[in-house]
Amino acid sequence: MIEIKNLSKSFGSTKVLDDISFSVKKGEILGFLGPNGAGKSTTMKIITSFWSPTKGSVEIDGVKTEDDSMQTRSKIGYLPETVPLYDDMRVFEYLKFVAEVRGLEKDKIQARIKEVIEACNLQTVIRKPIEELSKGFRQRVGLAQAIMHEPDILILDEPTTGLDPNQIVEIRELIKKIGKEKTVIFSTHILSEVSATCDRAIIINNGKIIAEGTPAELVHKMGGAEIIYVKIKGKKEDVLHKLKAMENVIKVEEKDRESDDIHGYELTPADGVDLREHLSMLVMNAGWSILEFSKKSISLEDVFIKLTK
Amino acid sequence: MSKKYMRTIWTLFKKELMSYFNSPIAYIFIGVFLVVGNWLFFKSFFLIKEASMRGFFDLLPWMFLFLAPALTMRLWAEEKKQGTIEFLLTLPVTDWQVVLAKFFGALMFMIVTLLLTLTLPITIANLGNVDFGPVIGGYLGAIFLGGAYLSLGLFISSLTKNQIIAFILGLVASFAAFMIGADFILIGAPKFMVPVMSFLGLGNHFYNISKGVIDSKDIIYYGSFIFFFLWMNARIIEARGWK
Repeated sequence: MIEIKNLSKSFGSTKVLDDISFSVKKGEILGFLGPNGAGKSTTMKIITSFWSPTKGSVEIDGVKTEDDSMQTRSKIGYLPETVPLYDDMRVFEYLKFVAEVRGLEKDKIQARIKEVIEACNLQTVIRKPIEELSKGFRQRVGLAQAIMHEPDILILDEPTTGLDPNQIVEIRELIKKIGKEKTVIFSTHILSEVSATCDRAIIINNGKIIAEGTPAELVHKMGGAEIIYVKIKGKKEDVLHKLKAMENVIKVEEKDRESDDIHGYELTPADGVDLREHLSMLVMNAGWSILEFSKKSISLEDVFIKLTK
Repeated sequence: MSKKYMRTIWTLFKKELMSYFNSPIAYIFIGVFLVVGNWLFFKSFFLIKEASMRGFFDLLPWMFLFLAPALTMRLWAEEKKQGTIEFLLTLPVTDWQVVLAKFFGALMFMIVTLLLTLTLPITIANLGNVDFGPVIGGYLGAIFLGGAYLSLGLFISSLTKNQIIAFILGLVASFAAFMIGADFILIGAPKFMVPVMSFLGLGNHFYNISKGVIDSKDIIYYGSFIFFFLWMNARIIEARGWK
């Protein structure tokens, strides 16, 4: 559906994008992750034909943007990072303008605007001037604009920045709902967002793709899925010694200290091995006691920090 | 040009016009224009005691000099500042369509303002015998001159994010384009440049038309002037993202 080949973009001597290639399948929700200034927005601006690339190409359904951008543009709904609203218009005026300029048929415009208003929960603000809207509503009007012409592809640049937690959940739900029938690319630097909404994620840093895969795959690639945390009452040297001697334990680390003989330890088990039973047996046999026990998964957060540092 | 192509321009044109009338600037613009225009005209009208609008059309280029950049300053600058440019230029529309819509939106607004000054010829016609040739010529010339100022101002607005800068540069550029053919400038100019500068100046062509003499030379001049700056404007917009 979307084919991006060897995309590069430079401004003078600074390279913002450096030879990026990836593709997005129909119906997929792709998360575009990266720290600020990594090149996420630039990539989106090129896909939407706002900018042209220095090198490389973008193909949408087999049509290159440089060959027929009118056709590729009409398949895309785009929500830029700064929500593009005309402050002096009212919400319905704006939506009507969008519908008309997108070339919707005259007799269908009314019905479509109604649908979009419902999908984005804008009923209460349609008559308000846009400049009076709260940030959450602005974002939703922006989203309404992007889906107006029922595009196959939605490109959303940081759709949840600046919103409060409730609004974030709302917008995320909306993206998921819309994403059921459409191909969605959205960028974010909030990682939980990717695990919550995306089928696949691409991590980008300094203009290069540094990792790609489902959220689970990305975590897996980072080596080991889980860590066991255990707090044991017993003499520290003995405990450390015995834990290290255990089978299938790759790494033992002392994590914290509560008192002289109560310490917290972190164990990294070998891939796919369940250590829990062994561990409790060991502790019992040695005459110590377990005060706390938990399993920690490596989050996408850790992957992200590791990769982009 | 296909029907769809024109329909898109029409939609964009309506949006431009709507944003004029949605903002208080439009009404201030019309108010100031009418008050200043009428006042300056009637100040001398009863002294000269002549049923003609010459006084008005002599003033017009000077009023336009301030008012045209005021109309065009926000057209691109604001789209850039609000980020709407990214929406507008990723729609399935060409840069040229957007430029044309913006230009004709501004021109339409100027024509509406001019229509409101029709009270002047009506008043004068009641006071004496008016030769309507120069009046019609004057209005036609005003539209062409206004169009030229607007195309220049629109182009300048595409160069900046800042409305105030767009206004001041637009004013300076329009002033220069108007004055380059003025007599007292031509006196000091090198001799071989005189006919060129006299032809290039916006003012001389306006005075020709406003005398009621409609020469194709003047029309072609204004047409090319407007087209040149609209074309330059489209080039500037096209070159976005190449800083």
